[in-house]
Amino acid sequence: MILEKIKEKFLDDVLETYEFRGDLVAVIRKEIICDLMEFLKTNPALDFNILMDLTAVDYLWQERIPRFDIVYHLYSLAKNHRLRVKASVDEKDPTIESLTGIWPIADWFEREVWDMFGIKFEGHPHLKRILMYQGFEGHPLRKDYPVTKRQPLIGPVN
Amino acid sequence: MKTQSQPQQESFFTSQLNDMIGWARKYSLFQYPFVTACCGMEYMSTACSHYDIDRFGAGLPRFSPRQSDVLMVVGTISHKLAPVLKQIYDQMCDPKWVVAFGVCTCTGGFYDNYATVMGIDTIIPVDVYIPGCPPRPENVLDGLIKLQEKIQCQRQEI
Amino acid sequence: MNTAQTRQHTMMLNMGPSHPAMHGIIRLVLELDGERVVNSDVEIGYLHRAFEKSSEQSGYLQVIPYTDRLNYVSPLINNMGYSMAVERLFGIKPTERCEYIRVIMSELSRVSDHLTCIGASAMELGAFTAFLYMIKARELLYQGIEMVTGARLTISYIRPGGVKADLPAEFEPHIRNAIKETRKILKECDKLLTRNRIFVDRLKGIGIISKEDALAYGITGPFLRSTGIDYDVRKNCPYSVYNRFDFDIPVGTTGDNYDRYLCRMEEMEQSLQIVEQALSSIPGGNLMVDTEGREIPAAMMVDLAKMGETEGLIQLEVDLDPTLQGGTRKYFDAVEAPEKRAVLPAKEDTYGNIEGLMQHFKLVMLGHGITPPAGEVYQAVEGGNGELGFFVVSDGSGRPYRVRVRPPCFPIMAALPLMINGGFLADIIPTFGSVNMIGGELDR
Repeated sequence: MILEKIKEKFLDDVLETYEFRGDLVAVIRKEIICDLMEFLKTNPALDFNILMDLTAVDYLWQERIPRFDIVYHLYSLAKNHRLRVKASVDEKDPTIESLTGIWPIADWFEREVWDMFGIKFEGHPHLKRILMYQGFEGHPLRKDYPVTKRQPLIGPVN
Repeated sequence: MKTQSQPQQESFFTSQLNDMIGWARKYSLFQYPFVTACCGMEYMSTACSHYDIDRFGAGLPRFSPRQSDVLMVVGTISHKLAPVLKQIYDQMCDPKWVVAFGVCTCTGGFYDNYATVMGIDTIIPVDVYIPGCPPRPENVLDGLIKLQEKIQCQRQEI
Repeated sequence: MNTAQTRQHTMMLNMGPSHPAMHGIIRLVLELDGERVVNSDVEIGYLHRAFEKSSEQSGYLQVIPYTDRLNYVSPLINNMGYSMAVERLFGIKPTERCEYIRVIMSELSRVSDHLTCIGASAMELGAFTAFLYMIKARELLYQGIEMVTGARLTISYIRPGGVKADLPAEFEPHIRNAIKETRKILKECDKLLTRNRIFVDRLKGIGIISKEDALAYGITGPFLRSTGIDYDVRKNCPYSVYNRFDFDIPVGTTGDNYDRYLCRMEEMEQSLQIVEQALSSIPGGNLMVDTEGREIPAAMMVDLAKMGETEGLIQLEVDLDPTLQGGTRKYFDAVEAPEKRAVLPAKEDTYGNIEGLMQHFKLVMLGHGITPPAGEVYQAVEGGNGELGFFVVSDGSGRPYRVRVRPPCFPIMAALPLMINGGFLADIIPTFGSVNMIGGELDR
């Protein structure tokens, strides 16, 4: 029902919809992310009022193009249903629109994705590192960042 | 420290100044708990009534580095936090001792990755290592007694 | 001195990262006008331990110890969330008895979580006695948990496919006694705190958050419930066997610190009731399923060594199979068979005979561990602070491609400036205490 409604509204901008182990997933083009989220939040039949999670996945090891997926998990308190929305972002142009205007919590989640994956959110008020420190180079959760590459502030690089 | 008492006369007491100061110092340890992570839960257990660290003269946590003798580093130290730890150590007055509480502070534990310091002894000197992830309260008390032995035996700076 | 002139300037103050009233490491950058907080900024990340990166480097089973250390006050709930996510990737369901044990253990964890939260925040407000009492109750629960799992805190007890070991015979009497004692202690603390003038004055009307703000910030758990919204994953999206138990979700009305305190106090009582119900109705039967959902007989799971009883295992004589083709017990077939078990073999087999050792080795080493089919799932459980979600992506290999945790503290910390701005500096302490920030979970 949810997936049909999205397809009805956004037609070709919805690339794929499927269900895996009970999780509903919609894969969309990144350009419509703000419109889609606004629709999901305001449509009374869907009523997704909580942005539960926002994260990214790096598909470098699968040699997939585009390289990144931004993954949104939504939950509706009134209807008690969940939805996962995925939008692909390429390495050459790692940008996507920010959701800070729709959900204030997107602020911190997007800062974390910027910190860990280096994906820029257009329209974010102050996109800066949140978990790592200023002066840290690279984005640690990218698959090409070596797990033991340390950049200490003091002390030896052990 | 040697004590002699003769029943006929007033009992008296001979000692070397060094031993005397060591004895005084080892039973009045003011600790600074630098609690960061999981080990803090076991630190709480040790400090509370069930295991009661007060029996060993170390019951009073001081939350100012300038008032404390023992820096207890409890939990993982990340590279972001390392300069803070160093600064707190530098702020403490001599004589001072450092206890590495938990395996993360001893060696880094199983967090061998870009974010964590592989043992705090790369940043500050450490007197007693208490391994365990987290150490049991009995283990902590054992570490404390080892520290007291060390304080008793060392040359006392006045 | 002209006060009008001195008033013009505000003062910057750094609170943290190592501050006595901050259980956890976090830095608040405050702009103060006298005692009032004009503006504030929250800086996190001091306990970033690369959980997500480390998980990508290790097999599915090796992630479990990392999950213990996310929310280290209630590690069993983390174990459960991760294990359920992996089980859903496989499409298997654990056995009945295992589900009941999981519920019992996670509710005990929830009680110890709330005890620590309330105890620590009461201590910061000067009520040291309540802290000592509550830690005493927690110690009793830890003893029960240790009896079952062999560890006090970092446990790795709940595994994909089941749990590590069965409940020992003396567990039920111990835990019933512990529940009785905990109730007594809660009653004492209730008398000490709930109507204590000083305590109430410090909490009531402080740190208020509205329903709308709480939802916009994605806040869940006791924090959301204190505003009057009865969202609890255990009721709204029942997982495991929670729908079989009779329990209530306490809600507040105003969303201030006092409501959060009352919600947590009542939730502990409800959790204790769930444990009692589960203990009375726990069925017998097997504990484990393999990765295809077949039950593993309980006799295979006798695991004394993991309980610390290693006597007789050292220098254990190896029974050589007369056929010289491996053990005659049928579960050693798994050494060469394509079937991959989700759980490690009993330690006495690992130490005692070559097939057990090989099986253990193969399960643990890369490529021979469990390999779920490619796909991705999001599994939410009700953690101590709210909805704890695990998003696991599998590419069909022996390592998870990506493990993402939705930390329940994270949204609350993002909303913290809303609650402390405009208030007094000293009011930050009770507000922050009611957040129950857990560094391991917040920064991962």
